[in-house]
Amino acid sequence: MDIILLLFIFTLAAFLGLELISKVPSQLHTPLMSGSNAISGITIVGALIATMQNPQGTTAMTLGFAALVLATINVVGGYLVTDRMLGMFKKKGGK
Amino acid sequence: MELSGLINFFYIASATLFIFGIKMLGSANTARRGNMVSSIGMLIAIVVTLVDKQVFDSWMWILAGIGAGSLIGFFAAKLVKMTSMPELVALFNGFGGLASLLIGWAEYQKVVDANAGAIGELLNPGVTHFTASVIFLAVFIGGITFTGSMYAWGKLSGKISGQAKVFAGQKAFNALIMLGILLTGVLYATTPNTGNAYQFFLAFVILSLLLGIFGVMPIGGGDMPVVISLLNSCSGLAACAAGFVIQNNVLIVAGCLVGASGLILTIIMCKAMNRTLANVLFSGFGAMAQKAGGKQEGEMKALSSEDAYYVLEAASSVVFVPGYGMAVAQAQHAVKELGEILEENGAEVRFAIHPVAGRMPGHMNVLLAEADVPYEQLSEMDDVNPLMTTVDVAIVIGANDVVNPAAGEDPNSPIYGMPIINVHEAKTVFALKRGQGAGFSGLVNQLFFRENTRMLYGDAKATVTELLAQFKD
Repeated sequence: MDIILLLFIFTLAAFLGLELISKVPSQLHTPLMSGSNAISGITIVGALIATMQNPQGTTAMTLGFAALVLATINVVGGYLVTDRMLGMFKKKGGK
Repeated sequence: MELSGLINFFYIASATLFIFGIKMLGSANTARRGNMVSSIGMLIAIVVTLVDKQVFDSWMWILAGIGAGSLIGFFAAKLVKMTSMPELVALFNGFGGLASLLIGWAEYQKVVDANAGAIGELLNPGVTHFTASVIFLAVFIGGITFTGSMYAWGKLSGKISGQAKVFAGQKAFNALIMLGILLTGVLYATTPNTGNAYQFFLAFVILSLLLGIFGVMPIGGGDMPVVISLLNSCSGLAACAAGFVIQNNVLIVAGCLVGASGLILTIIMCKAMNRTLANVLFSGFGAMAQKAGGKQEGEMKALSSEDAYYVLEAASSVVFVPGYGMAVAQAQHAVKELGEILEENGAEVRFAIHPVAGRMPGHMNVLLAEADVPYEQLSEMDDVNPLMTTVDVAIVIGANDVVNPAAGEDPNSPIYGMPIINVHEAKTVFALKRGQGAGFSGLVNQLFFRENTRMLYGDAKATVTELLAQFKD
């Protein structure tokens, strides 16, 4: 993909990100952090590619595999713990 | 070609779901659904990648990697105590950072291995300057995020002293590491396929890892909300850099969103302490001598729980101000119970939460939510301060700097200018505190010497439980 296009996407996403979340109630600071942390686990895509595209037994594949385990922990753990936290917030909304 | 178009279409769908998800996370009513939406985006991205990139027969490895990661992630998320959330978030940040570092490394290693047999000429085009530069960024940001988070985790979990550690020439030392990183980075990026490129590469891998450790070292426990937010932002930016390495737009968009949200939280935390980010990162705050807040008038007056009970029984308005000490003592459930009893007794009960109370943004909210404190009782600092003069009893539970009146009154105090919860304006202040020592900042809290302050020494949970017993008698 064209480098300029990637930089273009980057710039737009940066501004979008800053606009999206400019105002967050303090109650949600922790869930926002752990939820966005789970999103940063998107590196799992890179890890999958590195694991699959390199022949087994090569250093590159091993590095990719290690990245895969770490990114998966990040994704699965991040989403679950955020859900658990938000579940606790939710309970009281109902009362 | 057609397939790759379809693949990219799904990546766009996944990026869109992340955008919606993170937007919904910013509002109380939609937060939980937002988290769900973004997890669906993640699932799509993973499945599409698996369908697209199947090149070598490595299903076993993929299954093993995802299986092991899911298992660890699942149990970590289910078993963690809410008081330990800051540690868990730090760990996850670190893992994300390390994953990005490894991806950058793998991409480079692939080329190095392919050329290992070639003498003089390259078997494949090698790494372009651009790819080398973004590999450098992914390794640099990812490396700092990883070791910085691990060090922060050590501090938060008490495995390393939470105090800021400062040594002579620390700033110069860190600047030197940074210089080394930039130098090896430039050398590597300008000639990524020849000569000593691999040595340069390894050098900045190691230096980046070192900088993470030495960078977090001079930052004390009370500044952790800023550090955690910043590392959160970095883990996103590292993912973003990894996205440039493998030229994948969903990584760039998602990483960027996380980078932005972490940055916003960082700024909110800094504002709540009235300090600049540079001051938090480099000043070694808290390791400074205690001289600054020297002169004290009056003395600390202790109070028995029995006497405290009589005051509370007569109170018609009570404000709890929780801090990190409440988390350490795991006192949130007992505190909630005390709040209920006071309410039954006819008092108006509120919880005032300072934005940087605890060790990560929103730490106290999570704990009180876990203990089932009704949302209506939680007040933000700016809402509760104007009412403080009408409050009969303010109960400070393991909070210190965020209620230190010196922040508003003593221009010589290092925390002067930091917005605080004005508990000293309440008619009576109960300070639950383990001992007579100073808080994290090393400052002696003038609040404790005030005429209207009474100290309830001991473990916060034990003290609150004693008060509960008094009420039940």
